Amino acid sequence: MAELRDLYQEVILEHSKAPRNYKEPAHTNHKAEGYNPLCGDRFTIYLEMDGDTVRDIGFQGAGCAISKASASMMTQSVKGKTKAEAHRIFAQFHELVTGHSHDHEAELGKLAVFSGVSEFPVRVKCATLAWHTLEAALEGKQEKVSTE
Amino acid sequence: MSASVAVPETAVDVEKIRADFPILHTQAHGHNLVYLDNAATSQKPRVVIDAIVRYYESANANIHRGVHYLSQLATEEFEAGRATVARFVNAAKASEIVFTRGTTEGINLVAQTWGRTHVRAGDEIVVTAMEHHSDIVPWQMLCGATGAKLRVAPINDRGELIVEEFAKLLNPKTKIVALAHVSNALGTVNPVKMLAALAHAQGAIVVVDGAQAVPHIAVDVQDLDADFYSFSAHKMYGPTGIGALYGKAALLEAMPPYQGGGDMISSVTFEKTTFNKVPHKFEAGTPDMAGVAGLKAAIEYMNGIGVDKIAAHEHDLLEYATEAVSALPSIRIIGTAAEKASVLSFTVDDVHPHDIGTILDQEGIAVRTGHHCAQPVMERYGIPATVRASFAVYNTRAEVDALVRGLRRVREVFA
Ligand SMILES: Cc1ncc(COP(=O)(O)O)c(C=O)c1O
Repeated sequence: MAELRDLYQEVILEHSKAPRNYKEPAHTNHKAEGYNPLCGDRFTIYLEMDGDTVRDIGFQGAGCAISKASASMMTQSVKGKTKAEAHRIFAQFHELVTGHSHDHEAELGKLAVFSGVSEFPVRVKCATLAWHTLEAALEGKQEKVSTE
Repeated sequence: MSASVAVPETAVDVEKIRADFPILHTQAHGHNLVYLDNAATSQKPRVVIDAIVRYYESANANIHRGVHYLSQLATEEFEAGRATVARFVNAAKASEIVFTRGTTEGINLVAQTWGRTHVRAGDEIVVTAMEHHSDIVPWQMLCGATGAKLRVAPINDRGELIVEEFAKLLNPKTKIVALAHVSNALGTVNPVKMLAALAHAQGAIVVVDGAQAVPHIAVDVQDLDADFYSFSAHKMYGPTGIGALYGKAALLEAMPPYQGGGDMISSVTFEKTTFNKVPHKFEAGTPDMAGVAGLKAAIEYMNGIGVDKIAAHEHDLLEYATEAVSALPSIRIIGTAAEKASVLSFTVDDVHPHDIGTILDQEGIAVRTGHHCAQPVMERYGIPATVRASFAVYNTRAEVDALVRGLRRVREVFA
């Protein structure tokens, strides 16, 4: 049986209460808005890109504990990374939260705390909303991202 | 029924009623299911499930089309279902009942037929700020097609319609007033009879969304003086995919058809088609005959218990739950109208409804979390979503206690 504590890990709760990089960076040059119509979660991801590298990143918005913590930890994990690296981390993260593969847990580092999400399929969209929005921001897409 | 009188739970035999619902024996995540999502859809008693099975086992044939034995039987059952629905909401005659797929389709039918015929550019359609999306979007579409204007009657902080503001919006340009009898997001019961009188005084027709009323309170469309009244079987212990639209005979007679096809015609040539009489004019194609059998059984089931007894029992649960949940820390009840039915919507400071839903689910408790297809209501309260517990005749005080324990668990997880 799925365990609540696997989902609501301390680190996740802590990030949801005190999200990191909860700001619009001064030199933002890319941004995207993400929306999950199922629960009304809504985030904006701001990027300061230096060529292909994420020089700075921030987010703002409102959502459940999972989506907020995911956004917070995502900003930490992609800061300083290249576009290709960020895409790769998301691909591994996606495999993890959908339960397709736990092979990359070591590589994902702190993000591995989201492995419990795979036991709660309806919450996968919460964990990936910020990431989908990041992808849109990286691609410089202007339209709103929706999880539906 | 007075709001202050506590009705003892013994008014209905809940344990006996629970035994009628096979699904209530479900184990969810290792717990006895506590089903508190009745405003989304209610569970179905054995008699309803059996009626659908029995229809297919012994009466199935296409209606209104065959001279053979089964076709006549199916037609008789179908029309008997219509008569049962008519009596249930006290329509003057059975032909005032049009079968639909549900509340949504009934509202769209009125918008596309009566609306397209009578609404012109510059006319106005009034809705309330507590409507379900299905009582907003069809009117917006009608406005888009005709150039009419949508006006919204506001609600106060308790979630009650502000009657003076509603009255101010009405004028001779108002062609349609559309409102919920009971709000699915707030539980508010609207004073439909009084509001309808105000609307009629300006020459508007009144379209009532009865989705959340018919399951919980006795409805008399003639007493309310509703011109149209739409509801769904699946929220009143009946099957999905079937519902009914009541319309005053004179209005239905004068309306053009909704969809074209079989059953809705008297004769067809390539030059000219003559439409069937009401209500068949609005029922193109083969309808959900098994659904009607199920709806009929659901109404008979409700009548067997007594709609007033159902209302009293649910009222007791709502009062009990409101008191118990309000007593918890950091709770904000959304919707505190003086007249409410069956719905307890709330938020918990700092904990998102979606997280609450997941934690309660792990305890076997089914509630709805989200905007409940009423995003303007959420906006009115400045919140993205609520947790909604909604009650049916089979719910118990013990289940409310389980909900309260579940909410304490939420506090532990988020401590
Ligand atoms: C107040 C209200 N109106 C309309 C509807 C739509 O009903 P249905 O989806 O059965 O057409 C619902 C149910 O979701 C409702 O609660």
